[in-house]
Amino acid sequence: MPETPQSPLAIYQSHLDKGELAYQWSPEAGRAVFYPRVVCPYSGGTNLEWRIASGLGTVYATTVTHPFQSGDPYNIVLIDCDEGFRMMSRVEEIDPMAVEIGMRVKFRIHPATDKQPAYPVFTPVEG
Amino acid sequence: MSGLKRGGAAVVGAAESDIGVVAEGYNVIDLMAQGIARAAEDAGIKLRDIDGIFCATTQSRTSGLNLSEYLGISPKYIDSTIIGGSSFMFHVGHAMAALQLGLCNVAAIAYGSTQRSFGRQNASVREVNPYETPYRPFLPSSAYALAASRHMHQYGTTREQMAAVAVAARQWALMNPVAWEKKPLTIEEVLNARMISYPFTVRDICLVTDGGGAIIMTTPERAKSLKKPPIYVLGQGEYISHANISSMPDLTVTGALQSGKQAYAMAGLSARSIDVLELYDAFTINTILFLEDLGFCPKGEGGRFVEGGTIAPGGKLPVNTNGGGLSYCHPGMYGLFLLIEAVRQLRGECGERQVEDAETAIAHGNGGVLSSQSTVILGTAATV
Repeated sequence: MPETPQSPLAIYQSHLDKGELAYQWSPEAGRAVFYPRVVCPYSGGTNLEWRIASGLGTVYATTVTHPFQSGDPYNIVLIDCDEGFRMMSRVEEIDPMAVEIGMRVKFRIHPATDKQPAYPVFTPVEG
Repeated sequence: MSGLKRGGAAVVGAAESDIGVVAEGYNVIDLMAQGIARAAEDAGIKLRDIDGIFCATTQSRTSGLNLSEYLGISPKYIDSTIIGGSSFMFHVGHAMAALQLGLCNVAAIAYGSTQRSFGRQNASVREVNPYETPYRPFLPSSAYALAASRHMHQYGTTREQMAAVAVAARQWALMNPVAWEKKPLTIEEVLNARMISYPFTVRDICLVTDGGGAIIMTTPERAKSLKKPPIYVLGQGEYISHANISSMPDLTVTGALQSGKQAYAMAGLSARSIDVLELYDAFTINTILFLEDLGFCPKGEGGRFVEGGTIAPGGKLPVNTNGGGLSYCHPGMYGLFLLIEAVRQLRGECGERQVEDAETAIAHGNGGVLSSQSTVILGTAATV
């Protein structure tokens, strides 16, 4: 029986569970790949290395979504991480409407609950 | 799509099914069949002559099978490609290829949705994406709002300018007897409406209605002997840039740039020679993005371009003459209605909202979260 490898999501999640934001690096394409996958969309190759991100990034786009029924408006952003990949996230510890494009942010873990595994969020970088 | 021949197929029938809120018990295949029956009547063609079936809906997993059974047709060619609201423009390209190759002789492209009656959450179940779902994006609105935020940041586009798109659409809708919205709308009303996903209020966002319809396409030879003047497909182009908004390369530039270039090249036309535009306005920012990417104004100028009624009735460029997804009808995948309106404009059937001497039209479809783009250029016999 061939060994069943871990899925890209399982590896990504295991890093989050350790407090790390992981991404893939494509040596052929010479660039970061995100979301994690089994094929590099830039080179077409399957050689993808896992790396740990610094956790620093810049807000690329932002919106504030207003729930229909109840609950406070919340922020949704796209973050350009310094390693060259983009991801959806949320900037916390700030008024959602105060999140601005170009703002420097730093990754932290939103802890796991019964329904939702740990996932990455961001907070503004001081200064 | 290279290999398609300019004028190599014609639209000969076009019709909506019941739209707005349909009577209780109607399903999406009923609406597709109703649209096809009306479009066949419009064309003066027998339903039995249809041998190519093209269709898409979110509410029937194997809609092509169900529709064929319902109509009693064993199609020679079938395609139920589904890539969002632009699916039907892709179908136009695919139907044209099939007609050119003789794989079928009469193609019906159909759509049906009961999302208003059935509930949007049920009609279009969201897939879980572990890299986006934890942030609870209200899709598709939040994704288009992200694109709008980027356009505002880079080009100084304002909420007022986006509101002008909604106001223009409403003005056109007031001249369309079957449009959902019946009352005038002001910029202030758009800005002060309920906030959904900043910068969009509910008035920046398309309607949630039921609806469906169909167009019938055939070869140019056969088209000439039918009831109405044929409307020829002069150009078609398509482009897929991503699926999820976090994978869109540049949120201010859509695949309409590429799909438009292909369609213009095939048609041998440029933006300057297009008389009427039907652009997929699921959100107010869409119209601005597509005006830019299809060459009607420079990149970044779309907001300023739509100010002051440029695209409203009486303005210099007629855009979304049926009232658009914002004010006429939006059952979830709206692309087919853009084709129907473009055909009607070129036939001169639009009454009060008719654009004078319209000989060429663009029907531009958008799908997903700015993900799939397809441009269809249509023209009268005089343009072939």
